[in-house]
Amino acid sequence: MISVVRRTGAVSLVVFAATGRACMLLMQMLYSIPSAIRRYGLLIEQLYRVGVLTLPIIIVAALFVGMVLALQGYNTLVDFGAESSLGLLVALSLTRELGPVLAGLLFAGRAGAALTAEIGLMKATEQLAGMEMMAVDPVWRILLPRFLAGVLSVPLLAVLFTAVGIFGGYILGVDVLGVDQGVFWSAMQQGVDFQQDVMNGLLKSLVFGVLISLIAVFMGYDASPTPAGVSTATTLTVVLSSLVVLVMDFCLTSMMFQ
Amino acid sequence: MQRQFIEIIVGLFVIAGVVALLFLSLKVSNLNSVAVTDPYQVNARFDNIGSLKVRAPVTMAGVKIGRVNEIRLDSASYQAEVVMDISGEYKNLPVDSSASINTQGLLGEQFVSLEPGGQQEYLANGDHIRLTQSAVVLENLIGELLFSNSQGAKQ
Repeated sequence: MISVVRRTGAVSLVVFAATGRACMLLMQMLYSIPSAIRRYGLLIEQLYRVGVLTLPIIIVAALFVGMVLALQGYNTLVDFGAESSLGLLVALSLTRELGPVLAGLLFAGRAGAALTAEIGLMKATEQLAGMEMMAVDPVWRILLPRFLAGVLSVPLLAVLFTAVGIFGGYILGVDVLGVDQGVFWSAMQQGVDFQQDVMNGLLKSLVFGVLISLIAVFMGYDASPTPAGVSTATTLTVVLSSLVVLVMDFCLTSMMFQ
Repeated sequence: MQRQFIEIIVGLFVIAGVVALLFLSLKVSNLNSVAVTDPYQVNARFDNIGSLKVRAPVTMAGVKIGRVNEIRLDSASYQAEVVMDISGEYKNLPVDSSASINTQGLLGEQFVSLEPGGQQEYLANGDHIRLTQSAVVLENLIGELLFSNSQGAKQ
């Protein structure tokens, strides 16, 4: 009995300590943002590796998500003679939920895992320690550009996901299923509010971007410097960031759309 | 060369993101039609507003001329007081215009419809519309229909 309590306490302590270290790392990174602006070339390079290279999977996924939404929505709506609301259904689902969430999940799998593996391997091969020996701060030189690139990329990717998804819904709904083109767009414009839907979706994706990037960078930096440690850290990044995205999405939704 | 290529690609990525946001704001959402320009306020009291909501459209002859700004209960008369923002473009609405609450389609959203009167004086900021007609509540209508049918069957 007492050992169960003790085990719980031990696990909690580990989790709390890791959260604390992550927050300290975040503060350290925020503190060195001003000096990072001088070396914006580093950020551009990471934006390319983290953001641009994630773009193909985002576009293909969004196209198919938009099309499947249109197909499912049409099959249900046509029973009520309400297929004119198809555009609204596709646009609202994508701007409010699917755009930010799926872009976040795909980003965590494609870029977050890569970031953790890269930083973890740098730590395992003592490249980070070597940098410190040369008086180069690894947080500033390695972690910060990757973190900022993630924070900037996720909202851009989420917006692109939403736009491409709506386009996919349009292709299937209008060209294949025969919903009227004008009705598709006008129902969408009447029902989607810029502040309420588009901006809240963007805000969500920004929150996801900060969380996923922080988790990815921290897990790599905090990994134990062994092959098993790096692989555990990579797994944890994907699992934790997916969970955090989904849980935070629920919390944000319940606050935004009352 | 390599460096320039990366910078161009990243630039394209950022521009694509901004273009997508513009597309969402202009083509998908109602950003371009959200503002009622230079509005003035007109009040109307209804016995029953049904499920009319704030920000519902106000129309005349089917053309949107404003939005519902506020809905509150007038505790003296127990009527619903609806405050409407009418666009400044339409300053010449006669004072004896009447307001009714209609439904878009059979089950759609409710909106306020104004019918022009015949007087030469025009509604100004803060004026009241006297002639109002309440919302048609579908359930009541069906109830009345069933009731009159059963009355007819008895006779």
